[in-house]
Amino acid sequence: MQVNETGAFVPTVVAFCCNWCSYAGADLSGTNRLQYPSNIKIIRVPCSCRVNPMFILRAFQRGADGVILCGCHPGDCHYTTGNYYTRRRMTLLFSMLDYLGIERERTRVEWVSAAEGQKFAETMKSFAAEIAALGPNRRLEDLRCRK
Amino acid sequence: MQEMMKKRAMELLADGTVTRVIGWRRGEFSYDISPAVFEDAAQIERDFVWDAFCGANVSKYLIRESAKGRVLAFLKPCDAFSMNQLLAEHRVKRENVYLIGIPCAGKADIDRIKARGIDGVTGIEEDGEAFVVHTIYGDERVGRADVLAERCLVCKSKRHPVYDELLGEEGEDLPDDARFAGVEKLEAMTAEERFAFWRGELSKCIRCNACRNVCPACTCENCVFDNPDSGISQKAAADPFEENMYHIIRAFHVAGRCTDCGECSRVCPEHIPLHLLNRKFIKDIDELYGTYRAGEDDETKNPLTSFTEGDAEPAVVRKRGRA
Amino acid sequence: MLFLKSADLERFLAAASETRTVYVPVDVEPKKSAYRKWTPGTAVSKGLKTTRSAKDFFFPQTEDLVGFRIENKKIQILDPRGEEEDFAVFGVRACDARSFGILDKVFLSEPVDTYYENRRAHGLILTMTCRRPAETCFCTAFGIDPASPGGDVAFTETADGWYVEAVTERGRDFLAPLGDLFEDRDGSGAEAAKEETRAIMKRLPLADLQTDAFGGGKTKEFFDRPEWASLSEACIGCGTCTFVCPTCQCYDIRDYDTGHGVKRFRCWDSCMYSDFTKMAGGNPRLTQKERFRQRFMHKLVYFPENNGGEFGCVGCGRCLASCPIHMNIVKVMKTLSEGQDES
Repeated sequence: MQVNETGAFVPTVVAFCCNWCSYAGADLSGTNRLQYPSNIKIIRVPCSCRVNPMFILRAFQRGADGVILCGCHPGDCHYTTGNYYTRRRMTLLFSMLDYLGIERERTRVEWVSAAEGQKFAETMKSFAAEIAALGPNRRLEDLRCRK
Repeated sequence: MQEMMKKRAMELLADGTVTRVIGWRRGEFSYDISPAVFEDAAQIERDFVWDAFCGANVSKYLIRESAKGRVLAFLKPCDAFSMNQLLAEHRVKRENVYLIGIPCAGKADIDRIKARGIDGVTGIEEDGEAFVVHTIYGDERVGRADVLAERCLVCKSKRHPVYDELLGEEGEDLPDDARFAGVEKLEAMTAEERFAFWRGELSKCIRCNACRNVCPACTCENCVFDNPDSGISQKAAADPFEENMYHIIRAFHVAGRCTDCGECSRVCPEHIPLHLLNRKFIKDIDELYGTYRAGEDDETKNPLTSFTEGDAEPAVVRKRGRA
Repeated sequence: MLFLKSADLERFLAAASETRTVYVPVDVEPKKSAYRKWTPGTAVSKGLKTTRSAKDFFFPQTEDLVGFRIENKKIQILDPRGEEEDFAVFGVRACDARSFGILDKVFLSEPVDTYYENRRAHGLILTMTCRRPAETCFCTAFGIDPASPGGDVAFTETADGWYVEAVTERGRDFLAPLGDLFEDRDGSGAEAAKEETRAIMKRLPLADLQTDAFGGGKTKEFFDRPEWASLSEACIGCGTCTFVCPTCQCYDIRDYDTGHGVKRFRCWDSCMYSDFTKMAGGNPRLTQKERFRQRFMHKLVYFPENNGGEFGCVGCGRCLASCPIHMNIVKVMKTLSEGQDES
């Protein structure tokens, strides 16, 4: 568990970003000098649909406190329909995590286009703040990976 | 019924329709029945059995057996749903299987009989709506309804969605109200309570993989959990995370394909209620994407490989009542 | 002879707990029990057997062997073993008690497995006779007497309590300071209870199971028997039989990358798994038939061959109760020895 200089919990947040939209959105927010928290670790994926439910779980295993998946808005997928499948898959996965008693706030899906640098930064800020308030991931962590 | 099945099996063997028969072989203490392949009439005459303890779903064996040539299988309604799903996924060669639908009045669970303190079982006889259990400590009588498997108490259908011929009368779909009661009970709990419940259950897991290996929907040639490069320890319940991961992914990989045959819960040596995971996915799919029944036919698209533009957003989970 | 009244069990376990951790079988659901640490008020199961065997205490399903911590360019090697504390396992049946002897032959022969040895040195085994054996029991086929279960201290169960006897020096040392918990009774009650157990064993459906056909030196006789194909055809290749077995001792060693180091751990393995014999050059056991054959050949032929005739099975019957398709060592033994008569 990481803490900052004032002793407050700094969560590790993994963001899976679609190459064609959200990843470009992150770039845009960077070139516009919009700040978003440095504890967001971006993993670029070719499409939000590339994200297997196991990726989400493994992120938690390896020390993530929150996982967010960003893709193109429904209807705008570079591959036409990938994000529609993502949407169903993640809905069912998040529902299952909730069913197992894992905090439902730890996971999120947001649709962020390449033009939405502002939205990207805002989303990341709010998600990181939410996870910080929630505290470290204890219910879905792998004790062997704890530092 | 057993005699009718034996007779029909021998006829179909004799006239060359099939070369092998999949059924159930009697055991040592009448409840320990193994699925078996019979190749001649003498074997059938001697060992073929059909009674309240033939719980094993034989449809998965047809993947292997249908590749070898014409084979006859007797299917209970829930086996027939699994079979139809396998046909939809092109895992079984339809032309190589001859399917006979057989009625099922529910299967008894020997662990439920033993939970009543009965042991030393030497034989079990059906007597109307009861079982007479012979033991070395004396005879015991138990009501049929009291020792049926959980999956049979909430049976979804007595109908066979696929068959070449039927023995006995075709049944009907049964109301679904009781099937999701267990899921609803958990949903009504707080997140803390749910977490405690599942931790208690999943921590019993010994990672024997029986639930995966018996599952008629788990038909991958190589499972993701058998890949040593996937960062998952297949054989080790090394950490609570591994238990969660395994069971979430196991259920997820059959979501939309699971027919709720209940084999996973039947085989679990630790009695983990695994069907509660599968049924959660079934219930969610029904509620979010419209009622869908895997194995119903071999044409309707699996809800996880289809979509509509107006599907619910994942945020719907956050908007639910209790956290 | 020492006698512990039923009502005094709690006092006995409390006294034993003062010097060590005591594990007792506890009902986790009706007629299904598991070992748990005893604390005041814990109700001891009256069931016959725990679902898992007692081998976990000495050979746990997973254990860390060594750790590596990587910092900059330095690798630090860590021994994860802490100081092992004394513990006692209460209510071990004769079959499980014998299984420790079988595991000893594997782990305590050269090179000695120090992880196992360490646990054995600290574990005290309190055994108990069986009053109500199940139909799946066949320990007598392997020469085990459930009425004299062995271990360090043996408890002979009767209607109102237990006759208690030290079997080993360690057992005597353990009982010595606990003298005032016991009554002194003459041993006739114990003998009567033992005879009762032995009489029940003779009435069990598997009482006449014969092992004569098997043993060392029979590899050629059984290896190519055609019956293996039909015996194994329904096997789903899970590890249930192996993991509930008190004598299965195969394990795998793997490295787990934690992101900041490596944990080298071992975990139970099962010869029923498709990757059990997977090697760089391929896999010599390609179908379930070969894997299935290995499990039974090991217990009935290879193990006795290497260990002076002792079989690698204790007849606890757990695999009979747990196998998803009800195929088990008894059916294998019966089928193979029947086939022998015909030939």
